[in-house]
Amino acid sequence: MSMHEQFADELPLLAMGTLEGDDRQALETHLQDCAACRLELESLRGDMALLSLSTAGPKPPRRSRERLMAAVAREPRGAVAAKRSSFPRSSPRRSWWMLAPSLVAAALALMVLLLGRQNSELREQIAGMQSDAAVRRVELRRAHEIVSTLTAGDAMRVTLVAAKTPPQPQGKVIYVRERSSLIFIASNMPAVPEQKAYELWLIPSSGAPIPAGVFKPDAHGSATLVNPPLPAGVEAKAFAITIEPEAGSTTPTMPIMMQGAGE
Amino acid sequence: MSPAEPRAGLSDAALVSAIRSGNEAAMAELYDRYSGVVYSVSLRVLGDAGAAEDVLQEVFLQLWRNPDLFDSSRGNLAPWLAVIARNRSIDGLRKRRPESDVEDVFLSVEPDMAGEADRAMAMTKVRTVLGGMPAAQRSALEMAYFEGLSHSEISAKTGEPLGTVKTRIRTGLLTLRKAFQT
Repeated sequence: MSMHEQFADELPLLAMGTLEGDDRQALETHLQDCAACRLELESLRGDMALLSLSTAGPKPPRRSRERLMAAVAREPRGAVAAKRSSFPRSSPRRSWWMLAPSLVAAALALMVLLLGRQNSELREQIAGMQSDAAVRRVELRRAHEIVSTLTAGDAMRVTLVAAKTPPQPQGKVIYVRERSSLIFIASNMPAVPEQKAYELWLIPSSGAPIPAGVFKPDAHGSATLVNPPLPAGVEAKAFAITIEPEAGSTTPTMPIMMQGAGE
Repeated sequence: MSPAEPRAGLSDAALVSAIRSGNEAAMAELYDRYSGVVYSVSLRVLGDAGAAEDVLQEVFLQLWRNPDLFDSSRGNLAPWLAVIARNRSIDGLRKRRPESDVEDVFLSVEPDMAGEADRAMAMTKVRTVLGGMPAAQRSALEMAYFEGLSHSEISAKTGEPLGTVKTRIRTGLLTLRKAFQT
């Protein structure tokens, strides 16, 4: 098991939701950057699930299924039937002041109904917002995990090629124009001279090449760029890599070291 | 997929996907598969049939409203529901606002629990493993899991040092894991 021993005894407590205060905060901060501990936390929750099985036996009452399916059939909500209040017709012979107490009571009852309805609509809105926020947080968590795996310093990067082919420098760009989002992963890149770096260029359909990030490969020749700043919605015809000063350039310096067009 | 179509042979992932498009029959099938697991863990924590039924409703309605909270690539549904039911029940027991976000519950578990036979086998195994644990370890584990007690509370209750309680909980969980890895 590869995980940090100083957190080993605390991860189960976090999994169970019983770790509090500074200990919890320190562990949660650590988890943001530690994939090994995150994996261990998931495994511990799996172990907890096994523990749940020891309780198996009692079955829920049948009405529970009906209750759930009725609630399911009512969703999506939003069409809450308007509750109407009906009042007995008053006799035309009675004086208005004789009706005053019942009118007041009716008005109060109506108010209670309206407030109750408003309250339940607000609750539904809050529940909807909480639920949306929960989905966003899941998406964010998944995105964070993908990015942290892509960019992890200790990630193992393997490029598979046909057998008996010597390793070649390779770069892979994934670009989504609508979001101006770009991920670049390179492998087997030769080291660059002192004070130099590689620069990735987005070659648009028309106009000058656009800088898309500067990088230096690590000792194994690997490098990653995630979402470098790019102008919005540019259509890319191709991508290219040149060697530039460490700070990057605004126009590419020839020669082009690597290039590729969209598939 | 029509709501009348039989779903008994479908995988959890396929059923969750059907729920995403609002298929009520898929929801009913998942309820039939896993309501026992969800209810029994809630009942064990809460000790009250009515309250356990409420948690059961809440957990399945949440799945209906937000099937995306369950990530089928990260594990199977039964353990996910079991852990969520336990967490919600503990929140209820301690009369606190839901503390444990559903979305935080990613988990991985070794045995496949999609089939009833798989679950029954796993259940027998878990009970055997728990039965074989030293009493103090089993007790610490159960107090933490089924009562939601913190290590300090368990330590105060049993008179054992904090470190011992923490280690007992961890070792207990790892013993369970190991039993399913062999």
